[in-house]
Amino acid sequence: MNPIIEIDHLSFHYPDGKVALSEISLKVMPGEKIALVGANGAGKSTLLLHLNGIFEGSGQILIGGMEVEKKNLGLIRGQVGLVFQNPDDQLFSPTVYEDVAYGPIYQGLGEKVVREKVEQALAAVHMSDYAGRNPYHLSSGEKKRIAIATVLSMQPRILVLDEPTSGLDPRARRELIELLRELPQTMLIATHDLALAENLTPRTVVLDQGAIAADGPTAEILADESLLLAHGLS
Amino acid sequence: MRELFRQNRSIIHQMDARVKVIFTLAFVLFLSLTPFNAWPAYILFLTLILSAALFSRLGLGFVLKRALLALPFILAAVPLIFIGPPPHITLDVFRGVQLTYSPEGLGRFASIAVKSWISVQVAILLAATTRFPDLLTALQQLRVPKLFVAIVGLMWRYLFVIVDEVTRMARARTSRSATVPGSHHHGGSVSWRAGVTGGMAGSLFLRSLERSDRVYAAMLSRGYTGELPASDTRPLSNGDRQLLALGVVLLAMLWLLGLFSGG
Amino acid sequence: MSSPIFSPLPMHIPDGFLSVLVSIVFWVISVIVIGIALRKTSRELGERDVPLMGVLAAAIFAGQMLNFSVTGGTSGHLLGAAIAVILLGPWPAVLVMTSVVSVQALLFQDGGILVLGANLFNMAIVGVFVAYAVYTLLIQLFKEQSWGVFVAGFAAAWSSIFIASLSCALQLALSGTSPANLAIPAMGAIHALIGIGEGLITAGALAFLFAARKDLLKLGEPRPAGNKGVFLGGSLIALMLVVLSPLASSHPDGLEWVAQENGFILSAKAALYNLIPDYALHGISDPALATIAAGVLGVVIVFGVAYGIARAEKRTAKQENSQR
Repeated sequence: MNPIIEIDHLSFHYPDGKVALSEISLKVMPGEKIALVGANGAGKSTLLLHLNGIFEGSGQILIGGMEVEKKNLGLIRGQVGLVFQNPDDQLFSPTVYEDVAYGPIYQGLGEKVVREKVEQALAAVHMSDYAGRNPYHLSSGEKKRIAIATVLSMQPRILVLDEPTSGLDPRARRELIELLRELPQTMLIATHDLALAENLTPRTVVLDQGAIAADGPTAEILADESLLLAHGLS
Repeated sequence: MRELFRQNRSIIHQMDARVKVIFTLAFVLFLSLTPFNAWPAYILFLTLILSAALFSRLGLGFVLKRALLALPFILAAVPLIFIGPPPHITLDVFRGVQLTYSPEGLGRFASIAVKSWISVQVAILLAATTRFPDLLTALQQLRVPKLFVAIVGLMWRYLFVIVDEVTRMARARTSRSATVPGSHHHGGSVSWRAGVTGGMAGSLFLRSLERSDRVYAAMLSRGYTGELPASDTRPLSNGDRQLLALGVVLLAMLWLLGLFSGG
Repeated sequence: MSSPIFSPLPMHIPDGFLSVLVSIVFWVISVIVIGIALRKTSRELGERDVPLMGVLAAAIFAGQMLNFSVTGGTSGHLLGAAIAVILLGPWPAVLVMTSVVSVQALLFQDGGILVLGANLFNMAIVGVFVAYAVYTLLIQLFKEQSWGVFVAGFAAAWSSIFIASLSCALQLALSGTSPANLAIPAMGAIHALIGIGEGLITAGALAFLFAARKDLLKLGEPRPAGNKGVFLGGSLIALMLVVLSPLASSHPDGLEWVAQENGFILSAKAALYNLIPDYALHGISDPALATIAAGVLGVVIVFGVAYGIARAEKRTAKQENSQR
């Protein structure tokens, strides 16, 4: 089987010259769920923004064998569903329905297909009753789910999530982890929440100062106290 | 979006912001008062500003490149070339294709473009060598009402935070702007896209209104009573006054030169 | 995303494009109106209003970066006068737009400094007043309909852009930069289109706010009597510009104030000729020679300064080294 995400020697620096990512290489197999952990400023979010071509570094990224480059970006963005840390950045329509419908409408699908996709996506996150609500007034946990639905409606093969559990109370957090476990997509989750990794992702990648510091089974990495301490995770 | 201010230690950076504000205004005023086609004067105005750019250690490239920003507006003056004041001259451009233009109009067009380009440079110099809070203090000392200064000060404080917010929203939208294989009809209708952008703006304003409540609470907790602090009205030092006078005299001389060399 | 802040908006006039006379006249008008706005606002000022206006000014500045693609690389974006009026009412909106336009000029060179008064007049005064007049008029007209607020918002936004662009074109014509019979139709036509984008974004923003916080859109309700002046002012400005523009277009020469300014310059010149002896002016009366001389002098000065600074830097570097 071929990897669904293949990152080869990816490097990136900010316009001011500061190095954000250096020589990242990573292979992800279909269906894998991976936690991407690291201290603030380690480059997690920057790496995620490369997966759908928002940022362009040097090196190569293949998504399902297709190179992330200008001419493929439309298709890549349908394959890679990026869920932002703050759902308010992602939800900007008067109703939940319109927010979830954004992707399919942009893809140029017909009204009936759009409706189907929105209903499927809302059902997948258990929010079918919320279609007519205004997203602004929902709780953080509900907003997170809607944000996930807004990318699920494009039926992506990969879900990329940035700090999905931040700002959630314990119950909302537990329910979100359960939801992520149910979803069949390949997942790359940037997080500070080591318990999430323990519960959800069999594999963990540790990022420090823009480089991969460790990559292996979550249990082994979480057991290595000195590794966690060295990279600001403990 | 990045702030223009460049942290350098130069005499221009250290000058009193009031001197720089008044000089900038005087510079643009005298340059604007210089008649059309006063090329020798334009060159010397440019020399003055380039020397100041060198003194402030900004580098000529930085200022010259940034200054090209104003150029697209020049389209507004293009008609001058063709329907400027008489006499009009007709040129054979290519096998009977004729072009009528007014030399006087062409001169005016070029003069406007160059004056505009030089004026932008002095504005760049002001912004790049003066911290914004210093600029605000200077404006307040120059009798700009304190309510206005307070609004602009708060605006500045939150500008970059909110610009980041907009950047993230735009990225989130781009991330969901995808195509499906084989389809050529994507992107939705223009009015739908405009409406979505409106939703983003509405969400941005709502978040900003709520932010302003938090800002207000934070100001209250630091003892804000609704009264704005009075401005510090320290007069300009004698040295600054002399420097300013010298600068304005120099500008006036360039203007005089322009009066006699232009037309 | 490339930063659209650096693509000058078509309505931000740079320095050099307006005559000094026009610039000063509009500075005076703008200062008076903004002064009234400051007085009105501080009289009714709740202590909460300063942070509100400051943060909203930042939001409008940042919101102008939001854009949507129209076609062939062009994009529509927000200017924001109408939405500011709807959220804050007219006088605070004048202050918010004044802050936005001033910061754009002072810090990002979007719009000039001497012409700032004219830019403020167009975007912070005409834009706001016209948006207020149109919005209140239509909201009264359609107060029974649920869609009234969106239609009113769209129309307010569109007219604020369109009328402001006419004002901008007239200033260019008065300055002799752009003939009225070209500038007015061209600016008007472009902004009639740009205004549609502004209108749709404003209506979209209202739709979001209507769904999320209906209580914020309270402008439609009975308003303090003090704003009647704004309503009349806005209507009058709109009417005048709409009537004046076709007139000006058909009589382009009647508008050129620049002629007067040239007259002033000529008389100043004549006065000076009487003061300064002829031979002193001989050298600069030949334009080509004077230009070359100025060019040489300019190059020498710039190189001299560069050389001097480089030497000074070397010297300080040496001193620092020897001190170590």
